[in-house]
Amino acid sequence: MWELIYALLSIGIFFNLLASVGLLRFPDVYTRLHAGTKCTTFGSIFIALAVIAYGLWKWYEGDKTMISLAIHAFFALIAILLTNPTGAHAIARAAYRSGVKPAKAVIDELGGEKND
Amino acid sequence: MLVSIGATILCFIIWLLFTFNGSIWQWDEITAGIIFSIIAGAITEKVAIKEYRSLSPKKWLYLIAYLPRFFYEMAKANFDMAYRVITGKIKPGIVKLSPGLKNNLSITILANSITLTPGTLSVDVDEAGNLYVHWINVKPEFFEEKDIKCKCRYVCSTFPDWARRIGE
Repeated sequence: MWELIYALLSIGIFFNLLASVGLLRFPDVYTRLHAGTKCTTFGSIFIALAVIAYGLWKWYEGDKTMISLAIHAFFALIAILLTNPTGAHAIARAAYRSGVKPAKAVIDELGGEKND
Repeated sequence: MLVSIGATILCFIIWLLFTFNGSIWQWDEITAGIIFSIIAGAITEKVAIKEYRSLSPKKWLYLIAYLPRFFYEMAKANFDMAYRVITGKIKPGIVKLSPGLKNNLSITILANSITLTPGTLSVDVDEAGNLYVHWINVKPEFFEEKDIKCKCRYVCSTFPDWARRIGE
């Protein structure tokens, strides 16, 4: 059982690490958001799954209060999945509205049509 | 009114799940849960969408059928991202898509799906339902394609169809 939890945790940590490396390497706010949204969502899902597995395992072994850990982690997982893309969208839109142009862009179809 | 009652019941179930700690609930917990659920339900009355069509079970089944596909695309997105983080090969740009979706729910589903799937991040949406998507690796084929429907396929494969089935 520990092996499963360790495997889930290491996948999660690997993708979160990748997100932080991406934050440092990419040139502008949009590409950084790419790294900061996808990888953290995916990584956090695996960390939450590890917590759920731990809670259910301890609950099955007889510690009845551990089920609350699994339930709370499950709700955290749903909340991350719903709010993370929405927040990234809000940041990207705010960045564009305040005049940040995408770096190294080969095309910008939003720029020509919006004036406000 | 119907929306409020539904929201109240849903809030109460979530409250019960949150306060469950292996044994049966205490009466004070249940009382507090009922009070807060009713407050939350009353607030929902003002902001909830009044579309009862989205409650039909067919749409929920479509949503469940959509999830495995979505997670597959998300896993693919992460390996793609890992490749780009390590090699630094990017070719970004903002492209315009016209998926032709009408209501807010389906556009929200599509925009969120786009953000979590390979190489794309939704930046803006206008009144006509056109999405502006930041694409980290713009393919040259995209510019040669003239058909609007096919243009969508390069960026988000069949997601507009799924969003239409779930949301409209």
